[in-house]
Amino acid sequence: MPKLSINRRKFLTAAGLGASGIMLSGCDVFDSQLRVGAPLRNFLEGANDLTWRVQRLLAGRDALAQEFTEADIRQPMRPNGITAPDDGFYKGLMANDFNDWRLEVTGLVEKPLSLTRDQLVTMPSRTQITRHDCVEGWSCIAKWTGTPLSLILDEAVVKPEARYVMFHCLDTIDRGLAGDIKYYGSIDLIDARHPQTILAYGLNGKPLPVENGAPLRVRVERQLGYKMPKYVHKIELVSSFSTFGGGRGGYWEDYGYDWYGGI
Amino acid sequence: MDATTGSTGITDTAAPPKGPMVYRQSVWTRLTHWLWAISLLFLLLSGLQIFNARPQLYIGQESGFTYDNTIFRIGAVNSPEGPRGFTEIFGKRFDTTGVFGWSGPPGQERPRAFPSWLTVPSYYDLGTGRVIHFFFAWVLSVTLITWLAASLLNGHLSRDLRPRLHDLRNLPRDIIDHARLKFHHTRTYNTLQKFAYAGVLFVLLPLMILTGLTMSPSMNSVLPFLPDLFGGRQTARTIHFGVMLLLVGFFVVHMLMIVAAGPINELRSIITGWYRIDPHDPDTAKAERET
Repeated sequence: MPKLSINRRKFLTAAGLGASGIMLSGCDVFDSQLRVGAPLRNFLEGANDLTWRVQRLLAGRDALAQEFTEADIRQPMRPNGITAPDDGFYKGLMANDFNDWRLEVTGLVEKPLSLTRDQLVTMPSRTQITRHDCVEGWSCIAKWTGTPLSLILDEAVVKPEARYVMFHCLDTIDRGLAGDIKYYGSIDLIDARHPQTILAYGLNGKPLPVENGAPLRVRVERQLGYKMPKYVHKIELVSSFSTFGGGRGGYWEDYGYDWYGGI
Repeated sequence: MDATTGSTGITDTAAPPKGPMVYRQSVWTRLTHWLWAISLLFLLLSGLQIFNARPQLYIGQESGFTYDNTIFRIGAVNSPEGPRGFTEIFGKRFDTTGVFGWSGPPGQERPRAFPSWLTVPSYYDLGTGRVIHFFFAWVLSVTLITWLAASLLNGHLSRDLRPRLHDLRNLPRDIIDHARLKFHHTRTYNTLQKFAYAGVLFVLLPLMILTGLTMSPSMNSVLPFLPDLFGGRQTARTIHFGVMLLLVGFFVVHMLMIVAAGPINELRSIITGWYRIDPHDPDTAKAERET
């Protein structure tokens, strides 16, 4: 009998420890299966694809993001991510007020371009007051002025096999084992040619400040903030983004964010 | 289905006398119930993960950075006794150290709005939280539409959920009965059950889906009236959070009622469909007459 009661006590202790262990560990039971590349993660990510397809079907090519009035601009645009690039090359450009900066348009185009800021500014511009939605959950309304990306693509003459526009940036966002990682991101040609997709050089009636991406940043108004790279210096037309970075289409995408970013 | 319900002749000889078993929940109701249960659990845990990225709720289109439109905030501050977690509701601050704002294993506490045992993944990972959230948002929405179609076709809506005149007349008595934990086990739902279930299925879940869509910049271009309807994107986010609290409240009451009304009978009915009703109940007699 004593043996039995000890066993029972042991059992109860073990059960109690086990139960409290489950309670304490709580929600980490799925952690290992949720890392980028894990089978369960890949299965769940299938929903991202569905979301993107349905949004694309419903929004079509030209449905416009909501635009606001001057009265809705109640505060300066909130800067986020890298707000002061520490890169020597960028600092050099900044010291000379970006006069030596060029926007390179390369890849699958008939006529590669190298545009100065003055050349961009003299192209027809678009000004829009829109709401910036960050993936974190906050929003901020601001007025953006820039060159419609479609005009630049037309001038460079996109080859038929091109599917994506890859934006290369000047700011180092991460330092990896293989060297510095510069911010990069991609959108497809439907969003690239959307009427509200601009390469912005003006913010709230003034030149784009450094903290918001000077001299040039992307605005794709139907998507989240991480789809709008700052400090852009090269646009590359590609047929696939699998050879860039982690192969998922952008810096944050490589860390598990969805590529489209429409919700 | 009505024709097959009612007394089945299954009787228990053990005292006290038990009522007959009735087939109460169709396979559609049971299947959708469990799909909702699973998806709502993961939507909650991943939603709290997403909230942790910006643990603040605002009123209006945007988030005030140089002006104040914050109505709710979870955060951490330093104090002479070390870091403290706080929860702020309409400017009123409560110390919630250990749970909200500042939590973790002893010695490894860190600033975190919702603690790791309330989020999935347990560590901070907004991207993964979003993958899980939108996966189960699809499961929830498709389940809701499937249930609505099935319930219209099989009569569950009009037979079981639609409040009738006698439900309204019965409301005061039903409230008193619930408060006294006196439950009538009948084939039909009682008045408060009808209100609670219909409230979740026709008000809270659609509100959750719509406020969720309102936060999508892509869907804003398709349905531009949605942000206006809810008073702006950030207000929609705040409502989304508030409805979450109501759903958690529903879940708590739902569990209490199941425990109080007889968990085995209640669980059996939502797993197998069979439910034991009270003997000599007017409803029982009616059900038997109809058989």
